[in-house]
Order: sequence, then C-alpha cells, then structure tokens
Amino acid sequence: MKRRQIIQLIAAKDLRIERHSRVVANQILPFAGVTMVMFGFALDSSDVLERVAPGLVWLATLFSLLVLVQRTFAIETDDGALDALRVAGVDPVAIFWGKALALAVQLAVLEVVLLGAALVLYGAEMHVGGVLLLVTTLVAATCGLAAVGTLYGGLAAGFKGRETLLPLLVFPVVAPVLIGATRAVESALGTAGAAVSEGWPWVGLLAVFAVAFGVGGSLAFGPLVDE
Amino acid sequence: MTMIDQDPLPPRASTSGTTATRATRLLGLATIMSMAWLVAFGLGFSPADRDQEEAVRILYVHVPTIWIAYLAFVVTALGSAIYLFGRNHSLGFDRLAGASAEIGVAFVAATLVVGSLWGRLTWGVFWRWDARLTTTALLFVSYIGYVAVRRLGGSHHQRARRSAVIGLLAVLEIPLVHWSVRLWRSLHQEATVLDPGGDIDMDGLMLFSLFVGVVSFTLLYVWLLMHRTRSMAMEDLLDEQGLDVALEARRAEASGR
Amino acid sequence: MEDAGFIVGSYVVTFAMVALVAWRFVRHGRRLAKQVPDDEKYWL
Repeated sequence: MKRRQIIQLIAAKDLRIERHSRVVANQILPFAGVTMVMFGFALDSSDVLERVAPGLVWLATLFSLLVLVQRTFAIETDDGALDALRVAGVDPVAIFWGKALALAVQLAVLEVVLLGAALVLYGAEMHVGGVLLLVTTLVAATCGLAAVGTLYGGLAAGFKGRETLLPLLVFPVVAPVLIGATRAVESALGTAGAAVSEGWPWVGLLAVFAVAFGVGGSLAFGPLVDE
Repeated sequence: MTMIDQDPLPPRASTSGTTATRATRLLGLATIMSMAWLVAFGLGFSPADRDQEEAVRILYVHVPTIWIAYLAFVVTALGSAIYLFGRNHSLGFDRLAGASAEIGVAFVAATLVVGSLWGRLTWGVFWRWDARLTTTALLFVSYIGYVAVRRLGGSHHQRARRSAVIGLLAVLEIPLVHWSVRLWRSLHQEATVLDPGGDIDMDGLMLFSLFVGVVSFTLLYVWLLMHRTRSMAMEDLLDEQGLDVALEARRAEASGR
Repeated sequence: MEDAGFIVGSYVVTFAMVALVAWRFVRHGRRLAKQVPDDEKYWL
C-alpha cells in the first residue's frame, strides 16, 4: 500500500473517531474557551488584554495542544491499536504523518475558535490587510505544533508516569512557535502598532520549525514508539 | 555431576568498594589544583574590568560552567548518535550520553544561579528576558526532560533508544530556540548604553583567568563523567542480575526445588 | 563593598554545587561497587 494512502487512511480514521465521539468538540474546545475566560479574570484590564491577546491565544492553544495530543494517542493505546499497526508492519513514517495530519486539522479548528474568542472577549480587531499574514501564520504554526505533538505524544503515550512527561517535553521545544506565532499575529492584528510587514520574518521562522520537526519527527517517530 | 544441582557459588569477591581508580585520583588532584589556581587568579591576581569592575571576576566561573554544559550536551548527542546508528548499539555509549547530560544539567543550573548573581551586580536585576538567559533557561528545562525520559523504565535498550532520539532532538533544538529568541530580542531592542550581555574585551591576565577556569571545569567534567558512567554500568549490571536472579527463582519453582 | 559578597558568593555557590554533585556520584558509586564483583568492573 502506498504511503500516501496509509496517511490518508490514518488521518481519516482519526477524524472519523472524533466525529463520532466528539471529544474535541465537547471537551477540548470548551476547555480552551474557559482558559481564555480565566485569562480575562487574571488580567482584568481591557487595555492589557487587548495588548496581550495574541499571546493569550497561543498560550491557550499550547495548553489545549497537550490535551489534544493525549487524546490522539489515547485512542490508540486504549485497544493497543498503535501496537497492532506497528506489528502489522505499517510504515511508521506514514503513521506519523497520518496522525499529525489529523492533529493539525483539529488544532486549526481550535485556533480559529480561540482567535474568535480573542476578538470577542479581548477586543482585538481584525483588519483586512493582515488576513493573509494571519492565515499563513496559522498554517505554519499548526504544522509545527502538530509535528511536535505527534512525536512527543507517541513517546509519552500509555502510562501514567509517562503522560505527565508530555508538558515538560513539549513546552521548551515549542517555545519558538509561541514566540513567532505571537509576534506574527500581533503584526497581523496591528497590536501595539506592529506593522504587517514585521510579521513575515516570524512566519519564516515558523516555516523552518515546521519543516525541521516534520522531517525530524517522521524519522524519529518509528524508533521512539517501537517497544 | 552437573553444576545446577550444587549449591550456588559464593558471591564473587568485591574488594574495590568505589568507582575510583588511580586515574580518577590523579585527575581529581589536578582538578583541585586547577581550581585553586582559578581562585587565586580569579579573585586575586586578575585586574578589575573597566566597565564591570570587580563583577567581572564572577565570569571566570560563570562562563566555564556554561561552556562545559554545552560540551556535555554535545557529548550526549554524540553518544546518542553512536548508540543509535552504530552497528553494535553498544549500551556504553547510551550510558555516556546519560551521564554527560546529568552533569550538563548540573552545570546549567550553576550557570543560571551564578549568572543571576552577576546580573544583580551589573544590571541591577537577577533576571532579564534577553536572548542568552532565556535560551539557557529553556536549555535547562529541555535536558531535565531528557533525564526524565531516561527514567521511564523498560529494558536498557528501550531506554537507550528513547533517550538517544530525545538527546539528538534536544541538541538540534538548541540552535532553533537560540535563533528564535535572538530574533525576538533583536526586533525589540531596548537601547542600552552599556550592554554587558555582549562580549567583553578581555586581555592578558583576564583571558588567562578565564582559560584556567575552562581547564578546571573541563577536568572536573571528565572526572565526574568517569565516576558516573562507571556507576551506571554497575546499575545496569545489577538490573540484569536482578533479572537473572528472578529467572533462577522461577526455574527453581518450576522444577519443584 | 557589598559586591564582594556576590563575587565570593558566586565562587562558593559554584564550588558547593560541584562538591554536592561530586559527593553524590561518589557515594552512589560506593554503594553499588560493594554489590558488584570486581571482575565485572571494567575499569579495574
């Protein structure tokens, strides 16, 4: 079976499971929303909130990423499905890309929702000039986060003593994404006078990150989950 | 007469109750002497800096600790690579990687603590979100993660394979995080007349003191590495023996002894 | 000059941390070495 077909199959399977179980829609999205509200409580100043809105969006994204990743691998370990795939000799690179793809889709939906929440709750404003930058940032950041999440999620999956390791492993690694995505969105929204043109170098950083972890992750995934 | 029917052999003798050898004792002595020179030059013979005055003396310990930490993490990456891609998949390299990372973490911790003291003197604050400090903090957390991964359990080769991957990724993360933080700080440059975060002009005795510092800590690193790898080898051995003992007990049960 | 406190303190902190790590490594090594027979110790 061609690699591309396997990737599609695995991604479709994951998304179908979500469509039936609705765990992301019913649990993780609301969690993300609640996080945004909690930020509002903690920071309690509309000026401050508007100023830091992009950062809060990406922080909430990262927190939700942890939960999403745990979910994406819980559906595998619950019935030993991942082991079964591996034992059947399915190409680990394909498994990686399939799961990363499904994770990316769910993550993208999450980010759009969070952005909407920021516009509503924090008074952030969209303007037409920044839309392209915004969309590109979202795509680039999502790819990087999905790759990192799939890779380390594979490692941390399964045992209680392991799952708690996920945040510690993931956060230092995605620091560049947090920095880059926040700065790019600030430029896209014009927060604190940032110009759209200032955002593009950050998109470059996000792209490099996505490629590095896409490639590195797909290679590392196999050895990492082989037990 | 088969060996299996006899009483188990008495435990083999262990007269050396330590990981020390003549080599490590010599190395240890050299390290201590070198450190003494470091104190003498760092705190005594070397002059005060034009800008930082006496605070520059802290750098003679601070800079070596971070450089040796980098060395340690590179060694971890090398050990990881040799384990993963070498033909033998020799666990000795995995242990080298693990020991080096533990030492590296300790050195980064020292770097952060001493660096904050230096920062207090030169900048007036214990912490600053500049490129160097931020990256160092992330480095610290990353390798704590590496050490945590090593404790996940499983067979020695499972541990080795996981850690090797994490170790190689962690070392590749370093430039990535460094560039992004550099970019972040450079685009929001706060103009400072005096930027002690930059490289300092050092000459003569100051450079020599720094050199003594680097030599001292390198010797220390090697000494620590030798002790730790030996301990790890023993740990792995005892793990395996524990397994053997358990297997023996099982066999004994099975044959009804 | 209260700076001296920080400067000397830096050296003290560094050496103290180093000594702590060294001590723990050596002590752990001693405990293990008693349980492992000499012919398994590759460094001897």
